[in-house]
Amino acid sequence: MYTEKVMDHFQHPRNVGEIENASGVGTVGNAKCGDIMRIYLDIDENQIIRDVKFKTFGCGAAVATSSMATELVKGKNIQEAMEVTNKAVMEALDGLPPVKVHCSLLAEEAIHAALWDYAEKNGIRIEGLEKPKSDVHEGEEEEEEEY
Amino acid sequence: MERLIYLDNAATTKTSPEVVEAMLPYFTEHYGNPSSVYGFAAANKEVIIRQREIIAGVLGAKGNEIYFTAGGTEADNWALIATAEAYAAKGRHIITTKIEHHAILHTCEYLQKRGYEVTYLDVDENGLVDPKAVEDAIRPDTILISVMFANNEIGTVEPIAEIGKIAKEHGILFHTDAVQAFAQIPFNVDECNIDMLSASGHKLNGPKGIGFLYIRTGVKIRSFIHGGAQERRRRAGTENVPGIVGLGKAVELAAASMQERTEKESRLRNHLISRIEKEIPCCRLNGDRVKRLPNNVNFSFQFVEGESLLIMLDMKGICASSGSACTSGSLDPSHVLLAIGLPHEIAHGSLRMTLGADTTEEELDYVVDSLKEIVAQLRNMSPLYEDFVRRQKNQEN
Ligand SMILES: Cc1ncc(COP(=O)(O)O)c(C=O)c1O
Repeated sequence: MYTEKVMDHFQHPRNVGEIENASGVGTVGNAKCGDIMRIYLDIDENQIIRDVKFKTFGCGAAVATSSMATELVKGKNIQEAMEVTNKAVMEALDGLPPVKVHCSLLAEEAIHAALWDYAEKNGIRIEGLEKPKSDVHEGEEEEEEEY
Repeated sequence: MERLIYLDNAATTKTSPEVVEAMLPYFTEHYGNPSSVYGFAAANKEVIIRQREIIAGVLGAKGNEIYFTAGGTEADNWALIATAEAYAAKGRHIITTKIEHHAILHTCEYLQKRGYEVTYLDVDENGLVDPKAVEDAIRPDTILISVMFANNEIGTVEPIAEIGKIAKEHGILFHTDAVQAFAQIPFNVDECNIDMLSASGHKLNGPKGIGFLYIRTGVKIRSFIHGGAQERRRRAGTENVPGIVGLGKAVELAAASMQERTEKESRLRNHLISRIEKEIPCCRLNGDRVKRLPNNVNFSFQFVEGESLLIMLDMKGICASSGSACTSGSLDPSHVLLAIGLPHEIAHGSLRMTLGADTTEEELDYVVDSLKEIVAQLRNMSPLYEDFVRRQKNQEN
């Protein structure tokens, strides 16, 4: 079902984790559809993405696209990171099955949400960046039952 | 891959070698059409009758009440659509449940588009249908009650005898999809007041694409597949003789081994359940703990997604299934898990493991060890788990 590249990124996801005091954090997706992606960015004073980490709840395609997206933005400046689209992520993975294409949208959205957070914190505007629409509320006390 | 641990016997089973052996001569030697006049072929008619007797014996039915079909799906379609048509003059209302197989649910939707009304009964948190709710749903125009014997995802065994009694008291036909229960649970169609019953060969180590519909004598449903006069004019088409022979053999073997096999499976099932509950935190057993198929284990693991879980298990040679949306090709998780009240994100993290006659304790121990590792690894990657850990820390402070 998945390409070798997807399987490789799923089995050995790059950049899993958290960044303390990150320059920007973005969480997108929702548990209802079964995919949530969170991206942490560490951006230096020259607006270069020094480090990036992710956490993802989702299927194989969601994990692989998160992993690939972090690889593609690492070391880039924020304008270059804006060019990492879902299409670019998908191509880098040699494609996804049609039913999984929606998973790749999340990766782009998560990067944008993290960049938005960074821009807000620093009072700057990033060319072409819009306020993320599907950001889930962080730290919200959902009354989840625990088993 | 060195190892293959097959824990998806609710999806399908291995055709047993004895079954294959019984079938083979009917491809190459006894290939005649049972409807032909000459003796060489006509002997196959007797062979088919014998298989009917074997199956009827297990159900407590008569041989001529067994109609061979191309599997469980056809039997379900037939029971519903033909009953709806035959009894339309009496009424157009059908009662079923929210946790049926799609072979029932999608057939009900088809009937709804054609002017029938369908009541889909709720189930409780363990997946049990309340017989009282069945009775309350009965209306003067109700023509059929269809409730599955045992659920294919969560393994819950329904109170079929009680529902059958209610149906009989109200003079309403009662159908049950017993695809998962037949030859797994001992029962008798008369004691349960079952009028129609669907079963399938490939769930009991028989061949795929063969099954049957039991129709009690007197039920006036008509043919669903039109053509020749086979199956007493109720199901046309040259009989799948090798398939029927394979089904008969599989039923014979499954019935003979039922007690011993299901005792062993129940013991292994309980071992698997108790190890998972002891060793993996934040999990939930889905389905009834006691009224449960002997081979079914279904868990939700919080903060992880089912498809990821399945791929990781596959890499360790373990075959299982999940009710997550990503494995069904839709955006919603399984209708059964939603019907028992699981929140979406927990339904997405479900795992079904269904044991077979060959499953060993050693295999299950390997599965639990692998599962522990995999769940921990996926949680480590999960933003939901991160939030959970953070919330717990906040509570401590
Ligand atoms: C409860 C139930 N009903 C019906 C079916 C369909 O049976 P078949 O695959 O023989 O068409 C299945 C199997 O997938 C099942 O589990």
